[in-house]
Amino acid sequence: MPTILECRGLRKHYGDVHAVDGLDLVVQEGSCLGILGPNGAGKTTTIEMLEGITPPTEGNILFRGRPLDRAFKEKVGIQFQSTALPEFITVKETLRLFSSFYREARDFDEVVRLCSLDDILERDNRKLSGGQRQRMLLALAIVSKPDILFLDEPTTGLDPQARRNFWELIRGIRKENVTVLLTTHYMDEASELCDEIAIMDRGKILERDKPARLLAHHFSGALVRVPSACVDGDRAPGGGSHQGDSYEIQSENLDQTMRELLAEGINLEGLSIHKPDLEDLFIKLTGSSLRA
Amino acid sequence: MKQFSAMVYARTMEFVRDRGTFFWNLLFPVVLVFGFAFAFSGNATLFKIGTYGIAPTGSDFTRIEQSQFIPYDAAKAGEEQGKVIDRLRRHELDMVIDYDAGAYWINEKGRNASLLRRLVHVDPAMASFTERRVSGDPIRYVDWFVPGVIGMNMLFSCLSGVGFVIVRYRKNGVLKRLRATPVSALSFVSAQALSRFLIVMVTSAFVFLGTNFFLHFMMKGSWLDLLLVMSLGILSMISLGLAFASRFKSEELAGGIMNLITMPMLGLSGVFFPLEGAPKWIGLAADALPLTHVTKAARDIMLEGSSLVAVAPHLLFLLAFSALSLVVASLLFRWD
Repeated sequence: MPTILECRGLRKHYGDVHAVDGLDLVVQEGSCLGILGPNGAGKTTTIEMLEGITPPTEGNILFRGRPLDRAFKEKVGIQFQSTALPEFITVKETLRLFSSFYREARDFDEVVRLCSLDDILERDNRKLSGGQRQRMLLALAIVSKPDILFLDEPTTGLDPQARRNFWELIRGIRKENVTVLLTTHYMDEASELCDEIAIMDRGKILERDKPARLLAHHFSGALVRVPSACVDGDRAPGGGSHQGDSYEIQSENLDQTMRELLAEGINLEGLSIHKPDLEDLFIKLTGSSLRA
Repeated sequence: MKQFSAMVYARTMEFVRDRGTFFWNLLFPVVLVFGFAFAFSGNATLFKIGTYGIAPTGSDFTRIEQSQFIPYDAAKAGEEQGKVIDRLRRHELDMVIDYDAGAYWINEKGRNASLLRRLVHVDPAMASFTERRVSGDPIRYVDWFVPGVIGMNMLFSCLSGVGFVIVRYRKNGVLKRLRATPVSALSFVSAQALSRFLIVMVTSAFVFLGTNFFLHFMMKGSWLDLLLVMSLGILSMISLGLAFASRFKSEELAGGIMNLITMPMLGLSGVFFPLEGAPKWIGLAADALPLTHVTKAARDIMLEGSSLVAVAPHLLFLLAFSALSLVVASLLFRWD
């Protein structure tokens, strides 16, 4: 797959704060890459530099081998984390306004269909619910028929139903071979939508791969957890370790792990076994919880 | 062009549908015009008298209560007296006295003329003064006030409708969203300016013609000339609004700065009261403000029937002021 966007040695410093600290990234045409990270990891700064909104302190960004220029603006679709919409005008008028900005705008009805806006076209921007607003912002991002779509935490604050609806819309748009770059701190969102994920913390990308490969690489077997209080500080049955409130064992052989725990006389009342997911990987890599 | 007209349309709709702001823009000046028309249908000061030279000792006339004596520079009597007499002709003064020459002027159409003449005659120190007469129709306060109030409304409407709104757009991220599109700053800013120009032109015309229907303002000059003055006035206020909105991100700060701009301008531009007898530096400061030139030019056209050539210096000032403000605005403009 050809490269659509790449950056090398990207840095953004605000005084002493290194929001993004030397980041290399290559995004393939038609793929969907999710950038995961806790609050303050530098996700938004990174994505805004890639969008051409924030100038980097250092490093360069190429879109199809060229610096970000006016042509890029015609071909990019952006949904910011928070955007105020012009007041007192309707969804329809806002869409018409934004499509007037582009040389090649998408057909109006198609935008309405892709973002399910039928029922709110005549509504004033100020009277949209959270989910309707996100659909509207997505519509503004795709009026231009973008080749690359940036979504910055697109479903933060939405209820589970609205989030699922939103994912459906993204899947629909992806059928057109649009490249998608999204930031999120929802693991389920990343595994639902993304071909690849990059885990970011303190301005750097720690790992990047397909979700399944990342998990396979970092975990094998299952995770067994018992409450921390049940295991004395200096003992380590099953070769596990204390992680916050729980004692965690990465187990290749559940039978044997159980036997070892019982042999140590540990109370299994609070025991849980689960398959490691991205959340566990995230904690392992960054030492902090994703939604902290 | 398509994006430009779409932006003008969107901004205009935003204004028209914001009922509160819309009616405020119409109602406020109308209320002011009518309010002042009634409040000043009487004359607060008894007499306003321009003087040259020093009053003869023992004159009773100079002790008339509730009167304002405005001393003019006797040394400049030759070159300035014509203008002062013009003020008498317009009923801005009730009388002009030249003590040194032993003469006084009154406007024979003034309602105080015969009373003033009698007061001069009973004062032994002045009884021998010669009388000179001028004639001119009285100008009501409201005739004089209406160009000022329209200019003031222009100022508020442009500073808040262009300046304040851009600051709000910058703060809440509308500008950032636009920046992510191919729209250029120039195209965005000119669309804002054109929309506001149309809005202010229409509301000003509405206010003017609406109140004129009841109050029948004096209109000695050409309506087209007045339209041109108004257009240049709006242009200069919009440019000022753009220059002031080019950087700020905080609405509170912008509000404060707006007051800092408008308050002295209202005080110094002679919107409500003529700046007669004010210190010279105030006059100089007033001449640096666009509102002064809008009101002066409009008054000259309406009250004296001045031609475009006569008000050209004001128009040139407005053009230069607009150009300067636009240059400043384009140099300082920030999307975020």
